[in-house]
Amino acid sequence: MGRLLVQRFSLALIILAFVSLLVFIMVELLPGDAATAYLGRDATTEEIEEVRITLGLDRPAPERFLVWAGGLVRGDLGVSLARGEPINTFLWMRLRNSLVLGITAALVGFPLAIGLGIVAGLTRDRLPDLLISTISLIGMSLPEFVTATLLIYLFSIQWRLFPAVTLVNPDAPLAELLPNIVLPILTLIVLLTAYILRVVRTSLIEVMRSDYIRVARMKGLSRFWVVLRHALPNALLPTLTIAALTIAWLIGGLFVIEKVFNYPGIGTLLLAAIQDRDLPVVQSIAMVMAVIYVFVNLGADLLTLVLNPRLRSRRAVG
Amino acid sequence: MTTALSAPALPNIRAVSQPGYSPLWDIWLGLRRSPSGLVGLIIVALHLGLALAAPAIVPYDPAAFDTAAIRAAPSAEHLFGTDKLGRDVLTRTLLGGRIALLVTIVGTGLAITWGGLLGITLAYVGGIVDEVVMRLVDAILALPRLLILLLLASLFGTATGVLILALGFLFGIAVIRIARATTLDFVARDFILAAYAMGARPRTIIFRELLPNVLDILLVEGALRWSWMLLSFSALSFLGFGVTPPTPDWGLMIADSRDVLALAPWATFFPIGAISTLIIGVNLLAGALAKALGLDRGGRAAG
Repeated sequence: MGRLLVQRFSLALIILAFVSLLVFIMVELLPGDAATAYLGRDATTEEIEEVRITLGLDRPAPERFLVWAGGLVRGDLGVSLARGEPINTFLWMRLRNSLVLGITAALVGFPLAIGLGIVAGLTRDRLPDLLISTISLIGMSLPEFVTATLLIYLFSIQWRLFPAVTLVNPDAPLAELLPNIVLPILTLIVLLTAYILRVVRTSLIEVMRSDYIRVARMKGLSRFWVVLRHALPNALLPTLTIAALTIAWLIGGLFVIEKVFNYPGIGTLLLAAIQDRDLPVVQSIAMVMAVIYVFVNLGADLLTLVLNPRLRSRRAVG
Repeated sequence: MTTALSAPALPNIRAVSQPGYSPLWDIWLGLRRSPSGLVGLIIVALHLGLALAAPAIVPYDPAAFDTAAIRAAPSAEHLFGTDKLGRDVLTRTLLGGRIALLVTIVGTGLAITWGGLLGITLAYVGGIVDEVVMRLVDAILALPRLLILLLLASLFGTATGVLILALGFLFGIAVIRIARATTLDFVARDFILAAYAMGARPRTIIFRELLPNVLDILLVEGALRWSWMLLSFSALSFLGFGVTPPTPDWGLMIADSRDVLALAPWATFFPIGAISTLIIGVNLLAGALAKALGLDRGGRAAG
């Protein structure tokens, strides 16, 4: 178990090293370097040269990569070109806002998805399943901005219940934030539930067909008890892994949702940074996203190992 | 994939190299039995037909402003109404899927071709190459797809060809992983060993022995990826990184008309209806395809 932990952890670190290299190279390829982005197109050659030296852009690329990556390891994300202040001063508040959105949606969405998935899985091809599956197919097929727009139309325009845009400061306290973000949370819940419930449903259907379920039924256990004690633990384990894998997808959806509601999260920050060519901010956000993805997946993997004794003895394959 | 006994699940092997075997026939037989698949097929075919016929049947010039009818409600003159600039919504909705369809269909083909071939090759070759490429794949999958797409769009612009390549590249990454994992089930089998022993070249083994065995999985992947690519493309478009105005496009139309949602909901709702039905159709088709080929995963990991 200990060895496996070390193995998984080092794999995560290797992946992150690859990500940092990738992000650095991609941003490096963007036309016009940070100096021209900083000064705008009308800057003179001398001005650009001066800024290049101040920003350290005259150094060779490998050296700059090591300086940047070294800063990352120490928790120093660098300085934003557009704002001229350290990225650390504003990035984390934005991340908090996005996490508030994501975690609230997950707290409601996961139990909902599991519940609906169980109902659909147990009533396969009968009315409840058809209903749930159809709705989830629609939820999954609608782009985030479409779901968001439809919710705005209903809840903001028709019924005037919730605001259509978030008008709060990025560093507003939670109590002020929450009442304003019902609609973005709702949008994210639709997205998340539609995906996860299908996984739960399929997984449960598969498990219910297995021999040990038949044995449990044959020895006279009630259906309820069989599902609760024998089927669910085995059906929910793969769900955990798949749910973790969907994180990167959901973060992408979160970006669009933030844009629709003008929510001061990390997605709107990213879109602004791309528009402003604020490369250090783009790099930082990419790294933060990758760290979240890798560690959520690592966590899900380890949790699966802890919960499933059969896997522990087997050789871990990456 | 599940068998009645809980023996180690073997991928279903069929005599795929038999002359006269056509996976397409299999697919049709399966699809014919599935009502939802047929509905999906009809929706998708309808969309394709309308997109192809659109230039010939639209009533107005998509970029022409009718200043006398700004935000006009649906009427006999403008069946779907007009948007905030007085442009005909029916015309723009009919034309609005053309670029999305072109980009995502070619992009999906590209993605499963390069991702599939690379995945099969990696599984066959193995070793350090496999290891390094797979870590790179992991690294790319760790980044939100939209973030990479936005970077690529600001790096290379948003010309149609660029978008096709960007989407085809990015969506191929996850295909690599699936093709590789599927192929790994086959590389150690006797028929591969036999081909190897007979002195078949790696290229022959990859194209003649391995590819036919993973083709059905690649087809299902292709259908799934098509629906995700449509979602990604529409998000890009919505964010202003897709089609250049005034070219009509559903994502762009929704983004443009959202601020008059209360005054002219039709300008938003018709493109919403168009894009939603298309993606629902593709998803229905993908689900039926998976079932027809016995690869019903139902739930899907977005990756």
